[in-house]
Amino acid sequence: MTTGHDTVPYSAMSAGELLRKHPYAEDFFTSLGLALPPAEESVGAYFGRLTSEVLEDLGVERRELVERFSAFMALVVSLREKRTGPAIDSITIQGGVDKSGAAEEFVLTVAPGEVVSIVGPTGSGKSRFLADIEWMAQGDTPTRRRVLINGSVPDPSRRFSLEHKLVAQLSQNMNFVMDLSVEEFIAMHAESRMVNDVAGITRTIIEKANELAGEGFLPQTPVTALSGGQSRALMIADTSCLSTSPIVLIDEIENAGIDRKKAVRTLVDEHKIVLMATHDPILALMGDRRLVFKNGGVRAIIATTPAERATMAAFEELDARLTAVRNALRNGERIDCV
Amino acid sequence: MRLITVAGPPSSGKTSVIIKAVEALQGEGVKVGVIKFDCLSTGDQALYERRGISAKTGLSGNLCPDHFFVSNIQECLQWGEQSGFDLLVSESAGLCNRCAPHIKDVCAVCVIDNLSGVETPRKIGPMLKMADIVVVTKGDIVSQAEREVFSYRVRQVNPGAVIINVNGLTGQGGYELGRLLSAAQETVSLTGRLLRFSMPAALCSYCLGQRKIGSDYQMGNVRKMDFT
Repeated sequence: MTTGHDTVPYSAMSAGELLRKHPYAEDFFTSLGLALPPAEESVGAYFGRLTSEVLEDLGVERRELVERFSAFMALVVSLREKRTGPAIDSITIQGGVDKSGAAEEFVLTVAPGEVVSIVGPTGSGKSRFLADIEWMAQGDTPTRRRVLINGSVPDPSRRFSLEHKLVAQLSQNMNFVMDLSVEEFIAMHAESRMVNDVAGITRTIIEKANELAGEGFLPQTPVTALSGGQSRALMIADTSCLSTSPIVLIDEIENAGIDRKKAVRTLVDEHKIVLMATHDPILALMGDRRLVFKNGGVRAIIATTPAERATMAAFEELDARLTAVRNALRNGERIDCV
Repeated sequence: MRLITVAGPPSSGKTSVIIKAVEALQGEGVKVGVIKFDCLSTGDQALYERRGISAKTGLSGNLCPDHFFVSNIQECLQWGEQSGFDLLVSESAGLCNRCAPHIKDVCAVCVIDNLSGVETPRKIGPMLKMADIVVVTKGDIVSQAEREVFSYRVRQVNPGAVIINVNGLTGQGGYELGRLLSAAQETVSLTGRLLRFSMPAALCSYCLGQRKIGSDYQMGNVRKMDFT
């Protein structure tokens, strides 16, 4: 393992120099509950003098500790590079077969900033479609579909790499389970993504989420105390800024407490490919195309027509009226004259 | 035959994950058997059999479950060979987070769930740190951010493992896990093979049935906390 430009292995560098060049290397020691090596000592020498009792408590052998450290440093470097690495220009899905073995015969190419809706009854194959994309299927799944990135077959090692995950998911069933404030929570996520300006990005995300949420919340609010709409707003703002996955899958967005159109726009503005499993007319019509699923396969790809888009205004009006009634109920008003 | 050791904290979803992966493999004509190791009682054998998966149960009773595992795994392998399986999965819970059933050159899987919290990967010993494949479950109910932080924390303690998300309820990821398992190395015999990590030495008077509390009754391998 080398540092790229020069040839000193990370484990031979003095700890002081290592931590100056790669501050996140500290995580390796804290995650094992080890004190940091003294600044002038190399990591290799530090591992060399750990007692066998300490190693036994850690549950690793000495030789392995060095290997693990090298692998960890490789991960740190690749996570950082990914933030400035080569972009994804397109993702192509080549049709396979449906549950009865009939050919799907479609090729779908999507580019960053595009919105594609996914429609069809439960069990029609929507989840399998997503799983195919996530797995970067190469004819090796039950549907025999193939996934190309920038027009070519992706490197198989991408399948399991943390920094190259293709799909980020947001669904109505998802909740925050950590006992942290909004600010602590986002900072923790930013740190795991090895962002340079953690405080800055945390502020940006909280601001964005507040723009999307109907009712505002504070950086100090516990994430578990957020309403459904506020949670979704925070998840969308966080995913748009911190997730490196080029595709965001949304499984419906709740009707209340969040500006749904703006939420999707936020992701589009960050050049995400948005796939939306929804039967909400306003969201579905935001898609440039919609994939119709039946019997485990893509049955049709419908491009949204200008006429369909024109109906959106009517749906928005209906939606606004319902929202007004909901708000009136919340405020204890009578609703006979809305 | 391929042997796979699956371990993970109680209720992390081991059985569901194995069922989903095995069902995918059986769909492709692979013959699979499962051995469930547990301490007191388990209904999991019936869960497997209901899905047409051959299963056996090993109850360790008052013995340390992982020590019980090592003492029996060679015979389990023979049972698998005699039954004509292509793949044999051993399932055991890591109860003290310190032992691990993982054997050198035998595919080792650790199942761990998102709901257990982001500090958990640091608290689990060789069972997680020495696994080849880490299966993360219950990802459908936590946020994307928590999933990403959790995977990163797993990566910190086991940078070399393949991390895969499997949903034990819907089966998402089960097919993919099955593909990984069927690519595991063949195991002909276990005699003379090594565990990946030694099991903790714990021979003290309490291991031998002592119940009384107090220094006078503590003998053998006793370690005291430091209050200075």
